[in-house]
Amino acid sequence: MKTDTKLLMLIVVFGLIGLAPVLITQDSLLNIVIMTLYAALLGQAWNILGGYGGQVSFGHAAYFGTGAYTVAVLQVQFGINPWIGLAVGGLAAAAVGAFIGFCTFRYGLRGSYFALVTLAFAEVLRILSNSVDFTGAGVGLLIPLERSAANFQFASKAEFFWVIWVMTFAAFLTVWKIGNSRFGAQLTAVRDNEDAARALGVDAFRVKMGAIMLSGFFAGLAGVFYAQYFLYLDPHIAYGAAISVESLLVPIIGGMGTLFGPLLGAAFLHGLSELSRAVIGDAPGVSLVLYGVLLVIMVLFVPRGLAGLMSHLRGGKPPVSRAGGGKGHA
Amino acid sequence: MPDSAIIIPSVLNGLTTGGLYALVALGLTLIYGVLHIINFAHGALLMLGLYAVYFLNAQFGIDPYVSLLIVPPAMFALGYGLQRGIIGRASHGRDENILLVTLGLSIIIENLSLFFFRSDTRTVDTPYSFDVVEIFGAFLPYPKVVAFIGALVTSALLWLLMSRTDLGRAIRALAKERKGAQLVGINADHVFAMSFGLGVACLGVAACLLLPSYYVNPQVGGGFVLIAFTIVVLGGMGSFVGALIGGLIIGVVEALGGLFLGESLGQIGIFLIFILVLIFRPTGLFGAKA
Repeated sequence: MKTDTKLLMLIVVFGLIGLAPVLITQDSLLNIVIMTLYAALLGQAWNILGGYGGQVSFGHAAYFGTGAYTVAVLQVQFGINPWIGLAVGGLAAAAVGAFIGFCTFRYGLRGSYFALVTLAFAEVLRILSNSVDFTGAGVGLLIPLERSAANFQFASKAEFFWVIWVMTFAAFLTVWKIGNSRFGAQLTAVRDNEDAARALGVDAFRVKMGAIMLSGFFAGLAGVFYAQYFLYLDPHIAYGAAISVESLLVPIIGGMGTLFGPLLGAAFLHGLSELSRAVIGDAPGVSLVLYGVLLVIMVLFVPRGLAGLMSHLRGGKPPVSRAGGGKGHA
Repeated sequence: MPDSAIIIPSVLNGLTTGGLYALVALGLTLIYGVLHIINFAHGALLMLGLYAVYFLNAQFGIDPYVSLLIVPPAMFALGYGLQRGIIGRASHGRDENILLVTLGLSIIIENLSLFFFRSDTRTVDTPYSFDVVEIFGAFLPYPKVVAFIGALVTSALLWLLMSRTDLGRAIRALAKERKGAQLVGINADHVFAMSFGLGVACLGVAACLLLPSYYVNPQVGGGFVLIAFTIVVLGGMGSFVGALIGGLIIGVVEALGGLFLGESLGQIGIFLIFILVLIFRPTGLFGAKA
């Protein structure tokens, strides 16, 4: 697909999604659309680093939680408007990304080691937020209810929809831009063969730093949105493993390193969990079991995700290959 | 500053907890050393083992220590099957894929347990659960002392297995030079699955020794995963002595961290060690150079 066609498709798809608040009047249905967009944002954030950059993170909660706690703490402890908190939260998450990136990439951590260290960083943040007072420690933070647009607390779901629509659209446009840029080419080169990329003069450290900061920024935005949408946070929600898992599951199912993968993945996952709720009921753990099964199946049989599957069915060229050189174990 | 009357018991207590951690880490380091698989489902498999011990006790009145004859062999079979059926097929040439598949497995196992066993926390009631042993003026729980000795014995057995048996030689040959080992007739798939099975069987041993002083619920494994990884990384991936000593160090760090920083913040030391070791000395204390 040519890049102009991709941009056009992106605009059309988000235009169609933008019809949702017009067509859907039921709050519970609109909520599903909102949560799907939010998951797509989180997944796209992960996709920048993990899909395009090949750096599999197990700790994206570190950025999500930082964004969420930043906006919440600024409001509750300092009375600062959440719209300012939105910008600060995104930047704070990017800064956390820069810190983690510096610590890991500087010392050449790759592959599974990188994944485990990111998980450890998220755990450190979880314990810290569980222990210090200004984050409300284990009790968490309740953002006081004051419904108004100026307060980033909307009375209607439709207004929340537009906020997450804009955020997610921005993330997807950014990724489209990356896919078209020198930076993007360098990033995928580092993913496919870091040593070869460096031999050709790519500054792998700088490229990966750029990716982790962008990735952190958008995950932080997702965190800010979460905080304002639900108005409650605790260390487990903000920095727990569930967020880290969701953010990697979405692009892996949808298709890592593809522009539309995270949207496909998010829609598929949320559709599936709604379906399982309708069929099996609200039994604890059921939809998560399905998520786990999906993760195993995708990695085993569909390593290029739904996007890869679709382009394969159309007879197109595979977008990226996550399956590397082929000398694996067993 | 607490005086030595508090610090010494705390250190001893940390050492016994560290023995438990070492037991959990032994299986992980065996799996890593041979297969270079970072098994993220390790905690979830431990939790399954704990439930097995629990139900054997609750349904049939079998003492957890007697379960040592039942649970580790069952866990071995489970591990063998998992490696041959699922994990061994997942890599596609990238280690991260195995990490992702084992993450998927752990999600499945944990949530199936949540579905079937509910989230209640359960403990076993044995006559010796609350017995104590006095060592150097410190009173240590009897089950923890047993587990500590169990960790020593298990690592010695593993060492013997690796150095003295044909299976051990085959495992080491595969870890060093896969193609060469296959050329001399070693069935790689089988031996890989045997190693994975052995690693999971170690969890069975850990479960039997752990439950009398611990508890089980569907989330219990999660807390062990990063701790076990930390121990393995600290001791050096694939090193049994490293896992043992790493476990003891982590146990003491946790105990002292809890003493000086409080229960909640105390655990942070473990993760900081993990990050620092991976950054500055990824081969660990006893690991071979990568």
